[in-house]
Amino acid sequence: MSGVIGKARRRVDGRAKVTGQTRFADDVMLPRMVHCKLLRSPVPHARIVRIDTTRAASHPGVHLVLTGDSFPISYGVLPVSHDEHALCPDKVRFVGDPVAAVIARDEATAAEAVHLIDVEYEPLRTYASPDDSLAHAEPRIHEYGDTGNVHKAVSLQFGDVDTAIAGADHVFDDVFFFEGSTHLPIEQHATVAAKDPDGKLVVWSSTQTPHYLHRALAKALQMPAAHIRVIATPNGGGFGGKSDPFNHEVVVARAALLLDRPVKICLTREEVFYCHRGRHPVLMRFRTGVTKDGRITGVDLQTLLDGGAYGSYGVASTFYTGALQTVTYDIPTYRFRGCRVFTNKPPCGPKRGHGTPQGRFGQEVQLDKIAERLRMDPAELRLRIIAPPNSLTANYLRIGTIGLAECVHRVVERSGWREKFRHLPLGRGLGLACSSYLSGAGLPINWNDLPHSGVQLKLDRSGGVTAFCGATEIGQGSDDVLVAAVAEVLGIDPFDIRAVTGDTDLTPVDLGSYSSRVTLMMGNAAIEAATRARELLAQAVSRKLDIPVERVWFQERRVFDGDAPERGVSFQEAVCIAEAQFGTIGTTGSYTPPKSAAKFKGGGVGPSPTYSYTAAVVEVDVDPATGWIVVPTVWIAHDIGRSLNPTLVRGQVEGSVYMGLGEALMEEQAFRRLPPRLSNALVHKFPSMLEYKSPTFLEMPEVHTDLVESMDPAGPFGAKEVGQGPLLPIMPALANAVYDAVGVRIDEVPVTPEKILKALLQKAAGKPARVGPAVFPENIPWPETLMVTPPWEGGDGRASNEPVKKSTRKADAGVEATAGVRS
Amino acid sequence: MMRLPAFAYRAPRTVHEAAQWLSDSPGDTMLLAGGTDLLPNMKRRQQMPRTVVALRGIAELAAIVSGGRSVESEGAGEPSGPTPARRPGAGGTVIGAAVTLAALVRDDRIRASIPGLWQAAIQVATPHLRNMGTIGGNLCLDTRCTYYDQSFEWRKAIDFCMKKDGRICWVATSSPRCLAVSSSDTAPMLQALDARVRLVSASGQREIPLTAFYNNDGIQYLTKRADEILTEVIVPEQDGWRSTYWKLRRRGSFDFPVAAVAAAARLDAEGRVQAVRLVAGAVSSRPLSAPKAEALLVGETLTDERIVAAAQAVYEIAKPMDNTDFELVWRKKMVTSLATCALRELRGDDVRAARQRLARSIL
Repeated sequence: MSGVIGKARRRVDGRAKVTGQTRFADDVMLPRMVHCKLLRSPVPHARIVRIDTTRAASHPGVHLVLTGDSFPISYGVLPVSHDEHALCPDKVRFVGDPVAAVIARDEATAAEAVHLIDVEYEPLRTYASPDDSLAHAEPRIHEYGDTGNVHKAVSLQFGDVDTAIAGADHVFDDVFFFEGSTHLPIEQHATVAAKDPDGKLVVWSSTQTPHYLHRALAKALQMPAAHIRVIATPNGGGFGGKSDPFNHEVVVARAALLLDRPVKICLTREEVFYCHRGRHPVLMRFRTGVTKDGRITGVDLQTLLDGGAYGSYGVASTFYTGALQTVTYDIPTYRFRGCRVFTNKPPCGPKRGHGTPQGRFGQEVQLDKIAERLRMDPAELRLRIIAPPNSLTANYLRIGTIGLAECVHRVVERSGWREKFRHLPLGRGLGLACSSYLSGAGLPINWNDLPHSGVQLKLDRSGGVTAFCGATEIGQGSDDVLVAAVAEVLGIDPFDIRAVTGDTDLTPVDLGSYSSRVTLMMGNAAIEAATRARELLAQAVSRKLDIPVERVWFQERRVFDGDAPERGVSFQEAVCIAEAQFGTIGTTGSYTPPKSAAKFKGGGVGPSPTYSYTAAVVEVDVDPATGWIVVPTVWIAHDIGRSLNPTLVRGQVEGSVYMGLGEALMEEQAFRRLPPRLSNALVHKFPSMLEYKSPTFLEMPEVHTDLVESMDPAGPFGAKEVGQGPLLPIMPALANAVYDAVGVRIDEVPVTPEKILKALLQKAAGKPARVGPAVFPENIPWPETLMVTPPWEGGDGRASNEPVKKSTRKADAGVEATAGVRS
Repeated sequence: MMRLPAFAYRAPRTVHEAAQWLSDSPGDTMLLAGGTDLLPNMKRRQQMPRTVVALRGIAELAAIVSGGRSVESEGAGEPSGPTPARRPGAGGTVIGAAVTLAALVRDDRIRASIPGLWQAAIQVATPHLRNMGTIGGNLCLDTRCTYYDQSFEWRKAIDFCMKKDGRICWVATSSPRCLAVSSSDTAPMLQALDARVRLVSASGQREIPLTAFYNNDGIQYLTKRADEILTEVIVPEQDGWRSTYWKLRRRGSFDFPVAAVAAAARLDAEGRVQAVRLVAGAVSSRPLSAPKAEALLVGETLTDERIVAAAQAVYEIAKPMDNTDFELVWRKKMVTSLATCALRELRGDDVRAARQRLARSIL
């Protein structure tokens, strides 16, 4: 009903979840179903010399054994890195890379049989770190990429940054490191594939991106996409870890087609660690010029990403480490150089915040250092340099509304910042940090002019409304946003509406639950579809009531004369009247983001219809004797644009605080390289939920959440994103709080007790009170820097030294077998 | 998910029957109590018994007998079986090996008379795991190591280690012995309480001090013979004794100890130490007693200086290696801090703030 939006409500899928009735992928059970298990590489980097599947194939209960021979076609999520095969055809690139698959009558039989597959490997050099990969070009982990084992290096400059930094009153030059971490969704990835009676393929999978899986299956299996149906089952959490098409999905699809039986796979937790696609470990160097009153004259940023063994979203991740700095603060000149290298570890990719938390950490900790040197309050410093609203940044990102100043004011107020900062006793401290994030990527992954989200509505004479959309419910509440938007426009209750989502046969394409795009893009598409339905109903009812159409109101399941509310019909009657007049009532809506102002190569990463903003204050309690650290309280304020359902918004903010604290305090996607004289082994240090440390309820602090509503015209009802942005300030705010508490700088995450104590002991010995990386490597093969003139210097969004090439790329038609060929 | 390998399952109703099953083929038979240690290990193929003898149906193992009075612990299944083989002395306590950790921490007598044991037991893992895990299981807990507590596939990728299927100890490649870590919370505490354990086999039974139950070897970490069943833990009378347990772990729930100090002491009216036992946990392959630290305290009052000196002496015996959570140098340093907290608590200091910070609960 009008009044749905902004009200804290029970989510529409809540009942199914709390009563255990949500059907996740592993709950899909089909008659005659058989089970799949993958054989994964035990070596980090090797050529496959020979695979003998004879023993496994003759094992009782085994139906099928597959190897790389069955999967000649590569795929990948980005068109520029289709570097994955469902099963490795000729070489393995990390411990966990899938080599073969067994499909058997049950999981235990399949698990036994994978050990009967004999594989002979010829070991290749193990690359354990970016330093290794930069130092040795051969052998290459992949035969593509920039050079040697460098996957991608980019260099962009916006304005004369060198002169701007040289002319600054102070220059700050800091190196930071952000450790990799993984998503840790409660649900392990699972997929069921089956052949329909008519021969078509159906795949149920815990995927955040059914559309991209649809494309990948069409390509890898060389099948018409129209003969493939992908159903994204509700995800038990995704956080970016289920946004790539995965080996196991392609394998069970092929197996189901070959066997003509349903095939299921459910990964173990260890295998989820191998799927990974989590936070890239990033080493970064920030050189920043500031005036004595705290204004930034220029930033020169370099980042080095440890990409792991495959491309994944890595090219985008690389750009994201440098894209959004300018959206938060006013940075008149800027140079960004980013480099991603391949290593023999599970591939990194997008994790909540995708590429931006690392750079955000460096920038926010450096700002804390700047404030201290300038003897300014860190909150005051930030308030002075917040980017202007409704502006174009140096790198051509168009900013909408900005509620960041209000966010800063709220956390400063609520936390008692002015009384506490630098005034608490030794061991107690507060730290502040800010951030911004995309409300959906402005450009599609596969280059085309098609909408990013589509919604169809069906209204029938029962008064029932069904909303169809390709968006995927991954726990964030996208189904609830969909029905809330429709309910608001049509004046009915969210529970009156049935949501059909994430099914490529039934629902129009939505690009997926990633990049914080769903609320904004699906929301706008839903509003358009609902508005069109409302117009039909309003016309029909206006005729019936004989009033002008503008006087027809929709509220409380009624359609009535706004001037005489007692004159009207029920919503169901309105649908019947409209159906009698116009025939079957169905409408559509779609959303395409505005064109980006950035025309330079690489400018496709960063644009968004609008950006969310967050400020956070983290309080720490550090034992100066041991370094032991506890977080008692977090105050956080988020510019949500408009809060569609505050219950969900607060849940996302608190979940972000939780995940941020995990990254800040303990999470590490760490590896063990055994002594090279004895072994080539390079293994994940602890692929289990026991030893990969992530906080529990007991570690969760008090969280005070404030929502700031800046009503952005680009958003549905004014809304922005909330799924990712609130995570970003937590890590730097915590590091800054440690400095306030005990006077040491931990310039890397996680901020562990060991590091704090080490820094305290160094401080006591008169050495630098800091733990963090010392240098940024000098041997990165940077390409020629693209020079882009900022808008205020008359730039047009193009690079002056980029050859203007006429686009010869054929527009990608959407979904087809040839979709996303390497460009 | 990871699946169990095939095995034969025996469900005896008496200790005698269990001992008989065990004596059939002790080399490839293992005992199952709560299963929280054994079953995951079997899924990871760390332990592959052909036969599993379950102790859950043996009622006589699930009783706590305190000061001669027997009380069936909750959830023990069958009503009282035969009485335990030994009655404790007045004030002493006999704990059946299959008493769950949850039942132990629910027992008010334990909390009142043996606070250190209560503190140790309530800090084992999570409530769910304590509902299943038993005191006997915790004492027999397999030693742990980040090179060992991994799936078969993972261990294959490092070509295994000497504890299972391999030859080398990756923690220290020249080590002649396995360096897996004693990770029991109750073992160091019960050793500090001078507890004894009863071992029963088909051929007889014996009672030994808990300190003689352990070897400092990650593989042969128990002196128990393969055909013996740990049936009960005998805690001597605690009259006049104070006890406490301090545990280091990353999170206030769930995690195994990566360093711990258990302390028990009897003070006279003037606060002088008449007797004291200090044991370091999770910094070696067995709980380590700290006789030098104890000697520094006997006959002395627990001044700050004495506490610092004794804590330093506990620190010196700790031998952490790089095979658990946290850096080993820092872990070793934390032993000093844990010992200091433990001794201050025995002195009567209010240590609730420190406890809250470390354990996320004042206990």
